[in-house]
Amino acid sequence: MTVSRGEVEDFLYREAALLDEWRLDEWLDLLTEDAVYRIPPNDQPQGEIGNTLFTIADDIARIKARIVRLKSRNAHAEFPHSRTRRMISNVRILEQDDHTVTLAANFVIYRFRRNEDIRQYVGTYHFKLAKAASDLKIAERIVRLDALELASLGSVSFIL
Amino acid sequence: MTSNQYVIDEPDKMTFRVNRRTLVDEAVLEAERRRIFDTCWIYVGHDSELAAPGDFRTRTICGRPLIFCRGADGAVKALLNSCRHRAALVCRESAGNAKRHVCFYHGWVYDADGNLTIVPGKESYPPNFDQSKFGLTSVPRLESYRDFWFVNFDKNAMPLVDYLAGAKEYIDLVVDQSPSGKMHLIQGTQEYDIAANWKLLVENSFDDYHLLSTHATWLKYIKDAGVEFQAPEAGHLLPSHGVGIDLGNGHAVIDNVNFRGRPVARWIPIYGEESKPEIAVIRDELVERLGADRAARVADTNRNLVIFPNLVINDGSSVTIRAFHPLAVDRMRVTAWALGPTEESETARARRLDSFLTFYGPGGFATPDDVEALECVQAGLKTWREIEWSELSRGINKTGEQLNTDELHLRAFWRQWARHMGNDVAAAAAQ
Ligand code: FES
Ligand SMILES: [Fe+2]
Repeated sequence: MTVSRGEVEDFLYREAALLDEWRLDEWLDLLTEDAVYRIPPNDQPQGEIGNTLFTIADDIARIKARIVRLKSRNAHAEFPHSRTRRMISNVRILEQDDHTVTLAANFVIYRFRRNEDIRQYVGTYHFKLAKAASDLKIAERIVRLDALELASLGSVSFIL
Repeated sequence: MTSNQYVIDEPDKMTFRVNRRTLVDEAVLEAERRRIFDTCWIYVGHDSELAAPGDFRTRTICGRPLIFCRGADGAVKALLNSCRHRAALVCRESAGNAKRHVCFYHGWVYDADGNLTIVPGKESYPPNFDQSKFGLTSVPRLESYRDFWFVNFDKNAMPLVDYLAGAKEYIDLVVDQSPSGKMHLIQGTQEYDIAANWKLLVENSFDDYHLLSTHATWLKYIKDAGVEFQAPEAGHLLPSHGVGIDLGNGHAVIDNVNFRGRPVARWIPIYGEESKPEIAVIRDELVERLGADRAARVADTNRNLVIFPNLVINDGSSVTIRAFHPLAVDRMRVTAWALGPTEESETARARRLDSFLTFYGPGGFATPDDVEALECVQAGLKTWREIEWSELSRGINKTGEQLNTDELHLRAFWRQWARHMGNDVAAAAAQ
């Protein structure tokens, strides 16, 4: 089956809504059992995990642990949860075969917290989606930030 | 005893307090810039960041733009990144290799050693203009210890090796992980701001009193991943024994028996079953080279080292170098890197980096909560007019060792701070 850009966009919008609404268990259901989630460092956006210090380099075990953490009121950096709003555009299918769709998209994520300035995380998504029986699942989720350093973005304490 | 108007240090009265004004007052920050940052040895970079002649990194150190570079002759240099003509930044890239640096404003050209080689339209300068005297200016002092390079803006400062005092041995413990004695700074920089006074990160970096409450989710994570902890000894808060040690000149460390794993070389389940044999080999090499006792010291303890005033080297789940500079009285810029033995295998390097991220960094399971804690402190400090003092007396009445959850090491920092600032901080600010 061939997946259209419209279907990919629907999928990305659904994912964005789950993350913005902090429905993290449902978000986890969008991932394959061996999914990875990575944010390369701002100064080496094309770096590889084996020889580069990333900001985030989670395998599925750590993604699950991250969700356990974020749901706890002891995840102090995200308690109370920040409000986020994701804008996704410029969605492109880069490659696809019978099993996988590789896509790129641009995003802006606004993050709001009480008594804090708005933070704007701007960058690109680079995903590999696995074509599952009746749906798409995220196998690889690479998030590259355009900022040259995190600077006033501070931490990446929620899921980008 | 080293009291000044802002630090009350009275051991006989079992009292140690810091005035909260030190964390909110612009005048205090100005005094710190002159009396601390301009007179102490300040970390600029690691030797391995400059592999070849001509390699450079531009950094902002103590508010000054610097070019940290290796000259054509192979010598490391730290040059002020300001054109000798009319001050423009000469090098505007963050890193690279260059045979020459061109100031684009009027086109003066400097070579990799900073010599001024080309002056367009030189004929118009008067006869007393001596081109050889207009090379890029070096920082007043630049010295290194075991590949850690420091600058000093005070040309009369004591030598770096004397300044480092007892911190040297703790740097040795880090470098001893490498069979060749050469560590490598791994690519990928974490550079982020914290909306807090810079001294709060000094305190936080080796304050183990906050571990249980601030890092509850991290502890749960490593427990869920199969890391076993013992129940704390009587009178202790943490699962393993750890002490705070004053290393002299304001440097201090917490030196803790490891319970959370070390790439060199103590396996924990997070590293995966398949990594056990390689960690055993790394361990055997240490014992062979250093003897059992020193190998145990390198491999079975975690050490969070503060080198006065603004450098932290944490040797634990990984090795991280973290330097920070104030941007304002309530904001700092933190730069953090990972360091590993040069000859480390690909698998060991990957494991080290993965292990780093379990705890450290802006996306780690712990650092974001530290950032939040510091920002909460800074917000609370708005009450400094009503609540004047912070309390740092944990362990002050003990005669023997003090624990990592005591505050001896924090006091060592603040005592040195008070020595530098002198009695009249306000007057210092006016300098
Ligand atoms: S300021 Fe550099 S050439 Fe004029
Ligand atoms: Fe902490």
